[in-house]
Amino acid sequence: MPQRMMIAERPPDTSPEAEQALIRRICNGNSSLFAELVKRYERRVYVTALALLRNDADAQDVAQEAILKAFANLRQFRGESRFSTWLIQITVNEARMRQRKQHANLFEAIDESQDEEGDYTPRDFADWREIPSEALERSEIRALLAKALASLAEKYREVFLLRDMDQMSIEETAEALNISIASVKTRLLRARLMLRDILAPALADGWFSRTPFGKGSKPW
Amino acid sequence: MVVSCEQVWREISNYLEGEVNPQLRAAMEAHFRECKHCTAVLDGTKNVVHLYTDDRLVELPAGFSERWQRKLAESMPPPRGTAYGWLIAVAAVALVSGSFALARFNSPASPELRSEHAEPGSGVPPQMMVEVAADGKTFHAPGCKYLHEHDGAGNSARIVTAAEAMREGYVPCVRCLRRYLNGQASLVVPREYREDLDRRIGLNSPGGGL
Repeated sequence: MPQRMMIAERPPDTSPEAEQALIRRICNGNSSLFAELVKRYERRVYVTALALLRNDADAQDVAQEAILKAFANLRQFRGESRFSTWLIQITVNEARMRQRKQHANLFEAIDESQDEEGDYTPRDFADWREIPSEALERSEIRALLAKALASLAEKYREVFLLRDMDQMSIEETAEALNISIASVKTRLLRARLMLRDILAPALADGWFSRTPFGKGSKPW
Repeated sequence: MVVSCEQVWREISNYLEGEVNPQLRAAMEAHFRECKHCTAVLDGTKNVVHLYTDDRLVELPAGFSERWQRKLAESMPPPRGTAYGWLIAVAAVALVSGSFALARFNSPASPELRSEHAEPGSGVPPQMMVEVAADGKTFHAPGCKYLHEHDGAGNSARIVTAAEAMREGYVPCVRCLRRYLNGQASLVVPREYREDLDRRIGLNSPGGGL
């Protein structure tokens, strides 16, 4: 029979044990199941590539290359980390290779001037209160957030992306980026505070302070 | 324990991670009750993380899933060992051999093969991921045992695209990728397999076989 992509309709079992079993089946010849496995993380792969490359066409290319590379190298996945962590790590590496090819380092040299040394002092003390999730349905808010993230130096963007957007642990983030846990923590603090400072003028004093939103539940 | 604003800013990220000790946490919470500025920084930082965690922030481009799944399917070697698989393989070579003969006539010289006895591949999907060894002469489907037994791969095995492997002078493994060797071309292809075959080897799409 021709190979077809098999996408499960019921919610997939994403426990590490179930994923390991699925990976064993793929390595034993059930190649078509790989699409089922990757489908769970395709958004994260794309978002990771997009956040690092800041360009949709490159992000789609790199995301696709990362998925193909993960398939070709699946036998080398030892299960010491989660499959998603391994896949995102491949995506980060592919994105970095693409950046090197495009000589992006010429621009990063300026970008990297955001100094990691010393304490970071918040600039804006406007009270945000609570931003409702519905705000993200507004394209101008999404554009504002994307622009703010893109303005961060790569070393801060990478850490914020993996820890907060991809929801990796601090340790996984350190491993994926090949930096120390202390560096992850330092960069994460700066990334969060810098984003807050960039966004505060618009989000604290802009649309929301004039709009009476109802109280929702905070994640904390 | 009393903490200053500067100490709070230094630890605010660890506070959100739940990675400060109970004593420091209590001191920071006491500080937040008194300090409007630090409370604003805390709320804003929470909001930042909350907003960027939301899936709605980035929409997947239309057709993205379909595109990578199609590329993935193209990169997968056809199933081995079945009569159907052999027919497809034979059909692939038979269908493309004529057109590739013509293409070779007009194309620059082929790379020098690593083995003078080797037979160059034909109709190999250029993006198919294959495995090669530094001292080997042939490229293989990932996991082919002949890579290690005959090409002495050791730690030198690497994954590349078929296009890269052929540019470097590797030829298809006579075991796992026999379907791409020219010697198969003379066999007759049952008509009912052609449509599926065209799809597999990319004859209907730009940038198909090499």
